[in-house]
Amino acid sequence: MTKIVAFTFSMLSLTLLAGCGGAESGNKTGKTSSGKDNDTLTEFQLAHGIGPVTESIEIHTVNPELAQKGEGIFKTNCSACHKMGERYVGPALGDVLDKRSPAFVMNMILNPDGMVKKHPEARKMLAEFMTPMPNQNLNEEEARAIVEYLASVRQQQTK
Amino acid sequence: MNKKQSIRWLGLLPALAVFGLTLIYGCSSNQEFSSYGDAARKVYVAPGEYDEFYGFFSGGYNGQLSVYGLPSGRHIYTIPVFSQAPVNGYGYNEETKAMLQTSHGFVPWGDAHHPELSQTDGVPDGRYVFINENNTPRIAKIDLKKFQTTEILEIPNSAGNHASPFVTQNTEYISAATRFSIPIGSEKDVAIDSREETFNGTLSFIKLQDDGNMKLDFQILVPGFDYDLSHAGKGPSHGWSFFTSYNSEQAHTLLEINASKNDKDFIAAVNWKKAAEYAAQGKGTMIEGEYLRNYIDPETHIATTEHHSEVRMLDPRELPGMIYFLPTPKSPHGVDVSPDGELIAAGGKLSTVIPVHSFSKMIDAIENEAFEGEVGGIPVLKYDAILAGEVKDPGLGPLHTEFDGNGYAYTTAFITSEIVKWSLETFEVVDRIDTYYSPGHLMIPGGDSRKPEGKYLVALNKITKDRYLPTGPELFHSAQLIDISGDKMKLLLDFPTEGEPHYAQAIPAEKVMHDQVRYYRLEDNKHPYAARNESEAKVTREGNVVHINMTSIRSHFMPDNIEGIKVGDKVYIHVTNLEQDWDVPHGFAVKGANTSELLIMPGETRTLVWEPGKAGIFPFYCTDFCSALHQEMSGYIRVSPQESDVEIAYGTGQ
Repeated sequence: MTKIVAFTFSMLSLTLLAGCGGAESGNKTGKTSSGKDNDTLTEFQLAHGIGPVTESIEIHTVNPELAQKGEGIFKTNCSACHKMGERYVGPALGDVLDKRSPAFVMNMILNPDGMVKKHPEARKMLAEFMTPMPNQNLNEEEARAIVEYLASVRQQQTK
Repeated sequence: MNKKQSIRWLGLLPALAVFGLTLIYGCSSNQEFSSYGDAARKVYVAPGEYDEFYGFFSGGYNGQLSVYGLPSGRHIYTIPVFSQAPVNGYGYNEETKAMLQTSHGFVPWGDAHHPELSQTDGVPDGRYVFINENNTPRIAKIDLKKFQTTEILEIPNSAGNHASPFVTQNTEYISAATRFSIPIGSEKDVAIDSREETFNGTLSFIKLQDDGNMKLDFQILVPGFDYDLSHAGKGPSHGWSFFTSYNSEQAHTLLEINASKNDKDFIAAVNWKKAAEYAAQGKGTMIEGEYLRNYIDPETHIATTEHHSEVRMLDPRELPGMIYFLPTPKSPHGVDVSPDGELIAAGGKLSTVIPVHSFSKMIDAIENEAFEGEVGGIPVLKYDAILAGEVKDPGLGPLHTEFDGNGYAYTTAFITSEIVKWSLETFEVVDRIDTYYSPGHLMIPGGDSRKPEGKYLVALNKITKDRYLPTGPELFHSAQLIDISGDKMKLLLDFPTEGEPHYAQAIPAEKVMHDQVRYYRLEDNKHPYAARNESEAKVTREGNVVHINMTSIRSHFMPDNIEGIKVGDKVYIHVTNLEQDWDVPHGFAVKGANTSELLIMPGETRTLVWEPGKAGIFPFYCTDFCSALHQEMSGYIRVSPQESDVEIAYGTGQ
């Protein structure tokens, strides 16, 4: 009997305590936690990254004008952390197009936060370099020019 | 009860204790149990969600402007305005020092009272918030795209810039008036007891020009009373502004007795459209008046000072029809215009009623010349001819009134610590609620505009006492959020505020949140010492002046090793933040610098001046935790004796 009374009192107290808070909790912003499941990535995403670039890009002959424009953008937005021939804050980029597709590089530039959260290759790089790739808020056209510049660097190296 | 039974009942004690404690502490004591659950729901903003309103609360003697979310009462930002702010280097760094320049030199502190949102068609529009500095008369303009002070205009021929700043219906003008009358003109060295003969007040009208810059258009010379608060007319009364005055006795000592003798003081009703016409026609006199205008150049982000030496003064004795006095009992403080522009409520702080004047009756009285006399060339209208009604029993010490847009006004009663709600039709008090304690201003979002959002009211209290955990002799001021959506006012929330919020204004978040600057584009950075990429980083010496153009990005500086600095050098360290993303500021501090840190927004350049007094190795580092390798974001500067021959050398990663 006493136990039942004690239990009733405790429950009543808990109800009262909880009742005071009143409001419902809940997150209506619809933000999701970082998905770490590779299964959700498409084959295209695994090969070319996650981001606004959803079709693969081929660079056969370098457009020197576009490459020059890319060089300028690279200097302002990327050169503080990337060098061509050596690892710096981030990986060396002289041979990046041997390892990654142009679309992958563009998605890394345009969606670095999403890439390091969801893409296994980008996650590996973050673990290695520790400094997350900053989002420099470039547009697709600018990212495309940077890739053209990187292609021109590779071309010169292989000459 | 036998021993065994009592032991068993003792087992109940913890449960009983919890129950009892729940009753005592689980919910507060002075309202119904369930109503606090309702109140909590009304002010609860779930994690990740936003408040409905931005609230801008003046910081009073901290000289800043605090931003709170409403209804949660969460403090979300503080905008540095009139005081140096070491938190981000405002007023310390080379780019913003000039913002605090005045005709009295550099003034590192200010007393900020009344935030005022810019309006379009009598409704807050979310472009700017203006705020006054009371002590060294100034008005600041804050750009709500950046939440930054971008312009500060000094007001000449003024002292105690209290009735300030109040905007006209379309922010054509921002007005200001003198709380302390002083000698105006060239003869300023006079005996204090000559006040009645030699002191005057001024009303200033500042034009907001099409380019967004403020320009002091004209001043009006008025009798030497103390002008206290103001509001512009709207709707039918658009074109007029109203200023309360007290100390019509013109006492110069022991004002608490000597300035409280007259039964009535005055509200000055100013036809500013008429005055602006006079000014545009070149009427009045250009008189001496030294003042500065400081503004942030939008391209370089560097504050620049403009010097002015004279101002157009309009004298009502020579230019009729500009200004009339409305007799108002008794040392009126606030003056507030109803949303329809017809009623002008005055908080007579020593009065037992709230007098409410009628704008249309005022116009009739002016046309019929229903004058009871004249003071300093200004006609005094007959009280009975302009009165719309008196609110009886409004509590003691009525100060300020705002409106809900549903036919009711709300007035603070300072002495009796309450807010009274009264009808704009019957002038009868219909509800009252206690506040904790002694409210000065109150605020309803849009509550002084044509379109109040009559949902919440915030009481801005002067006395805190026992509201929060005690913090020694000094306490933050308390504010209370009150639900005014129903017939009865209901207390929802009690929250502490920084400094002394004299007044506050609030605006629906929708009008401000979507147009925020998140970072500055590097290519638009026109700072003369910007290093827009690492190859532009350099160290240059000109005599004993050294300029270091430095970059910062997660997580290193360029250069991070610098040699060749000498004792006696003046070192300008210009740091550009190369990040191009939201919420990635970098900081900069160097050991022993006699100034604050820098906090540099993405894409921006900020400059710290350092005059090393000792030889040695001086580390510098990023003060804003920016990345996993933030602790690595550091460097060394070698300072050599004055006579040494160490050459300038610098780099990163070499």
